[in-house]
Amino acid sequence: MKEKRRHHPPSWAQRFIEWYCKPELAEDLTGDLHECFERNLHTIGALRAKLIYIIDAFKFFRSYTVRKSIFTNLFTNNNMIGSYVKTSGRNTMRHKLFSSINIFGLAICMTVGLLLIAFLLDLRSYDRFNKNGERIYRITNIITSNKEQSGKFATTSLKAGKLIREKVSGIEEVAIMRNNFSGDGRVGDNILPIKGYWAEPSLFRIFTFPMVSGNSETALKDPYSIVLTETAAKKLFGSQPAIGKTIQLDSLAYQVTGIMKDVPFFSHINFEALVSLSTVEQMNKNDQNFAAWTNMWSNSVYLMPSEKADIDAIRSQLSNIAAAENLADENTKIELEMLPLYDIVVGENLRQSEGGPGFSGPHISPVVLWILGGLAFVVILSACFNYTNLSIARAMRRMKEIGLRKAIGAGKGQVRLQFLAESVMISLIALLLSLLLFFVLRPMLINLAPDLQRMVKLDLTPVMIAAFILFAVIVGVLAGFLPAVFFSKINPASAFGNASPVKMFRHLTLRRAMVVIQYTVTLIFITTTAIGYVQYKNILAFDLGFSTTNILNINMLNNKPDAMLKELSEMPEVVATSRSLITTGVGNAWGGNMKYKDSHDSVLVMTNHIDENYLPLHNYKLIAGGNFVARPINAESTSEVIVNEEVLKRFNIAGNNPRNAIGEQIVLNGRKLTIIGVMRDFHYGKVENLIGPVAYTYWTPEDRAIISVKIQSSDMHATLASIESIWKKIDPAHSFVASFYDQEIENAYSEFSAMIKIIGFLSFLAISIASMGLFGMVVYSTETRLKEISIRKVMGAGIGNLIFLLSRGFLVLLSVSALIALPVTYLFFQIMVLPNFPYHTPVQVTELFVGLLAVLLIALLMIGAQTLKAAKSNPIRALKSE
Amino acid sequence: MKGTNLGEFEELVLLTIAALLNEAYSVAICDELSNHTGRSVKLGVVHAVLNRLEEKGLVKSELGEATKARGGKRKRFYEVTMLGKTALLNAKSLRDQLWARIPSPAWKKM
Repeated sequence: MKEKRRHHPPSWAQRFIEWYCKPELAEDLTGDLHECFERNLHTIGALRAKLIYIIDAFKFFRSYTVRKSIFTNLFTNNNMIGSYVKTSGRNTMRHKLFSSINIFGLAICMTVGLLLIAFLLDLRSYDRFNKNGERIYRITNIITSNKEQSGKFATTSLKAGKLIREKVSGIEEVAIMRNNFSGDGRVGDNILPIKGYWAEPSLFRIFTFPMVSGNSETALKDPYSIVLTETAAKKLFGSQPAIGKTIQLDSLAYQVTGIMKDVPFFSHINFEALVSLSTVEQMNKNDQNFAAWTNMWSNSVYLMPSEKADIDAIRSQLSNIAAAENLADENTKIELEMLPLYDIVVGENLRQSEGGPGFSGPHISPVVLWILGGLAFVVILSACFNYTNLSIARAMRRMKEIGLRKAIGAGKGQVRLQFLAESVMISLIALLLSLLLFFVLRPMLINLAPDLQRMVKLDLTPVMIAAFILFAVIVGVLAGFLPAVFFSKINPASAFGNASPVKMFRHLTLRRAMVVIQYTVTLIFITTTAIGYVQYKNILAFDLGFSTTNILNINMLNNKPDAMLKELSEMPEVVATSRSLITTGVGNAWGGNMKYKDSHDSVLVMTNHIDENYLPLHNYKLIAGGNFVARPINAESTSEVIVNEEVLKRFNIAGNNPRNAIGEQIVLNGRKLTIIGVMRDFHYGKVENLIGPVAYTYWTPEDRAIISVKIQSSDMHATLASIESIWKKIDPAHSFVASFYDQEIENAYSEFSAMIKIIGFLSFLAISIASMGLFGMVVYSTETRLKEISIRKVMGAGIGNLIFLLSRGFLVLLSVSALIALPVTYLFFQIMVLPNFPYHTPVQVTELFVGLLAVLLIALLMIGAQTLKAAKSNPIRALKSE
Repeated sequence: MKGTNLGEFEELVLLTIAALLNEAYSVAICDELSNHTGRSVKLGVVHAVLNRLEEKGLVKSELGEATKARGGKRKRFYEVTMLGKTALLNAKSLRDQLWARIPSPAWKKM
């Protein structure tokens, strides 16, 4: 009995019910809940019983239980709101300087908040157009090669898709999608490059892609059928009906079996056309590797479990399938995971081979969002501090008003409400201003990086506007909270009496702390920008191990490179040319499986196919052996390979001695190759990746080609134009895709430059806000100390003396901030950021102090100008009036 | 007129009150309904329905004696009014009439 007594329903919840509930209903209602609570205590334990009690307490808040007086109370307060708005308005108008500091500061910061909210809402709307979106999953492959985690891939094998369809129960639909369908669609004389995917009919049952014409059930069934989006159909066929017509793609004819609505902007996959998967299966009938379990680089599999399916059961079935398949190759383990559709865009970073679904599609990791959110929060908080700080500092001027309000009967709660109403009002005014700024900054943000253009629109929607207003109210409450508490505590008697200024400065510590926090934040932002910028420049100037200057990379698309090479070699500006499969050093990758003597020990190596001119053109350093000698005409006849030092280290070839390694044989993708050269290690991936094993084989005409052109010219523009005119002759249908290697590297790190620009912008905001706040404080403190200054001046104090006196306090605050901010930033970079970049340069002292100097200079200018004004003023004026 | 018709759940609650006689208070009604219908009946829903029935005048209620068990809170006991009884009987006779109209041979074939 005693044990039971120990637990009581949460008393606050009980009081809450008694507060809102009609008195005649309250007793039996709380009684009922009590009874249920005691019953639950026995069956499900105290904690959950209490939780249920609390939930029920809120659930009973209904129209028939709630006292009418609660609503009326709200209304009486509403009546007072008119008065609050009026006094707040008058107050705002009377102190124009302080009000504009507040409003501008809040507006600037709120713009950051608005941009972030718009950004988040846009990201959240991704893939929501799918009716069954909640139960769509994509298969993620985790491949482990030789017990090293080789990465999580967004792609999987065809076989995995098929096995899931056959063996896994509880799944309604499976759709396999294969990348890299592209070609030139030809209809009559009309030629248009088309990009899309190979897909199955079930795709239409999983995703909500409505058909305009054609049958979605059969459209992707037969080989050589193609479904076009409306836009693509219009481009190819004009206004004529496209359905049933044929499109000539390269040498094959495809029949248009369906026209679908354009893919919505907020979709993680985007395409112009879908071609039946059976087409590509027919094409690769004889390729055994095509449907192999380990060929997981270019397919994505989407699942839709049935409505009430047990997801865990499906997961375990998936791992059973994987376990059975993994028996075949003991060096490569592949695990299958399910990634919910809504976590694709905002979610974990997954690796993808070039051109995969969503490869070019939008993706952002939640960490980035948290960081951005955190930064925006800090800046907004800083503006709120300004408001709080200036409001409390000016408390004296409003003492009498509060005193009067209290004397005629205003309660604490009402005074609090008044000040909250005032700050919310100001933040709503600021919202209008920041909405203007939002429209100005929006295009700038979107154009910050090409990825952003593809990712967000930031168009205003009703939800967005509601979120903005809610945000403004929250900011208002945040800013007005401390002043509200402070003012509500004022004692009317002391407000009318001789309020001692000493008492008013009680909150000095709080205000000082706020200034210190503001400046600390500002300094952290600015030094971060400085350090980040220097690091970014270092990355761009980083020695990748090969040369990239004045090299133009031309993507040949589907054209054979020979004609282009011939024309190029006749140009006097062209120093050298070479062919390769992909461009390295910018994040692209082409993988292969390498084995040495031990046939069980295989490792994923990065490869590229290059011709004999590639290494000299890019200044690769060969430390042993030589360039390619044989000129194989297809991949089968390739016999030579050039590897980097890491390969020797990984397999311990010839005792890690490059000279002796020449002539050794390795197996790459099942083909025996002889090492004919060893390159010094270089950066195949981006700078943040560790250097791994790399093997280059000879470029054969069946590969796609990227032509690298080394140019020596005094007029790059003209040269580029003449190269483009050559391209026009060779391929009039496609536009010229070429860029300088250095530019490509810069683009590869565009996320860093975007990040630096964003932080730079935030630090600009932070410094303006902190400066405005400081300015307000300085103006206020010199104003209140005008008499003191005048007396000191009369007594013979010099201007220098006075400036020192007035600015000393602020200088101390600034130095405290500097002492906190600089070490924090330094440690942040050394411990958190730079370890992710194995090849970074250490942080320099100059970068740390540049920001500090800038901030100090601005602060000193402001303090100096104000104090100088006060020190120079005629003491008679201040002293004669009392 | 709104209020003369009984909803399905209202009818069940009303019947339960009649069946429980002197023990008809919210938690008991809730338990009884859960036991008989086999679905989980939420206390909040029962409360709302009781309140509505009282507004319609189909039931009346009064507070009982205070007991220790409920944190010293009194129970509110419900009782079916004449109007409530009429409503129940009307509902029943309506159903009976409809049942009677089903021709039995046709019914058995289904």
